[in-house]
Amino acid sequence: MLAFNFFGATEGGLFDINATLPLMAIQVVALTYILNSLFFKPVGKVVEKREKFVSDNIIEAKNKLSEVKKLEADLLTQLQSARTEAQRIVSEAENESDKLYKEALELANNEANASKEKARLEIESQTSAARDQLSKQADDLSELIVNRLILEK
Amino acid sequence: MFFNSLLTNFAALEVGQHLYWQIGNIRLHGQVFLTSWILLGALLVFISLGTKKMENDPKGLQNLLEFLWDYIRDLARTQIGEKVYRDWMPFIGTLFLFVFVSNWGGALIPWRLIKLPSGELGAPTADINTTIALALLVSLSYFYAGLSNKGWRYFEYYVHPTPIMLPFKILEDFTKPLSLSFRLFGNILADELVVGVLVFLVPLILPIPVMFLGLFTSAIQALIFATLAAYYIGEAVEEHH
Repeated sequence: MLAFNFFGATEGGLFDINATLPLMAIQVVALTYILNSLFFKPVGKVVEKREKFVSDNIIEAKNKLSEVKKLEADLLTQLQSARTEAQRIVSEAENESDKLYKEALELANNEANASKEKARLEIESQTSAARDQLSKQADDLSELIVNRLILEK
Repeated sequence: MFFNSLLTNFAALEVGQHLYWQIGNIRLHGQVFLTSWILLGALLVFISLGTKKMENDPKGLQNLLEFLWDYIRDLARTQIGEKVYRDWMPFIGTLFLFVFVSNWGGALIPWRLIKLPSGELGAPTADINTTIALALLVSLSYFYAGLSNKGWRYFEYYVHPTPIMLPFKILEDFTKPLSLSFRLFGNILADELVVGVLVFLVPLILPIPVMFLGLFTSAIQALIFATLAAYYIGEAVEEHH
């Protein structure tokens, strides 16, 4: 036993080493087991459960975010193609209507021309018929005049 | 004259006197066990209250205990390493809590008001037996950690960079517990003595900053003890390449 007097202590002293040492060691070891079952294990379980919960949620959120981004990009390309498609359809329809308009215009023009021609021909034939009739009447009249003049003589 | 009276007054501080318990042939320092039982009882009550109803959303005491747990885990993990820190966390945490509770309990509770037939109550860590017990436990732990993790290869550590290190590393096995125990013992005892002497000489105001300093020292010593214990264990289980 290491022991010496310090400031007049009658026995013991500061460096009085005795059975307190092993008993204290046993007490600390016992305390380790008690604290392990009372404190470290239960608290660790709760904390690690929560940490797992949080990290799981973060991973899930990240997955969802990337999914959303993918969907967004997908939608964007879809929108783009829909836009070009719409433009194509619009221009096609425009061309179509243009063509139809031109066709209709041509048809109408032709019809109008034809009926104009027909009218002209009719007018012409009527004019010539009238002229023929007129010249025939003039002939008859002149013959009548001639006959009268001859008869009076 | 003055010095003489100071000496007798020091004697009134009862340095180095113990409350002896005689059990059969063995003698114990009763005051150490009394204070440690009171303080550890308080610690256990505190912890059982805090862990009584554990919830996923921590409230009140559970918050504090979880903070403590996290603090100890960080300490163990940084010193021992990711691989085996789980096995040693309860031991490191117990060392930290025991030393911390003992130091602060010794500094905060006015034990002096309780009169004992001999000796006086104080921090259990101000007794050399306690600190040597803790230091020897640390020594055993790091030997056990090294041997159980690496088997006989643990002894490679002694000749690690070169065999020249062998005597120094062997010497270290003796200086480690020695420095651990004497650092803690010296700091806490010195703090108690300084506060005791100051309270005796100037009972008003002056001891208060020293008491705060004592609280600071107490917390730091607990941290140092736990950190060094973890570091020694980490050193023993570390793989050399």
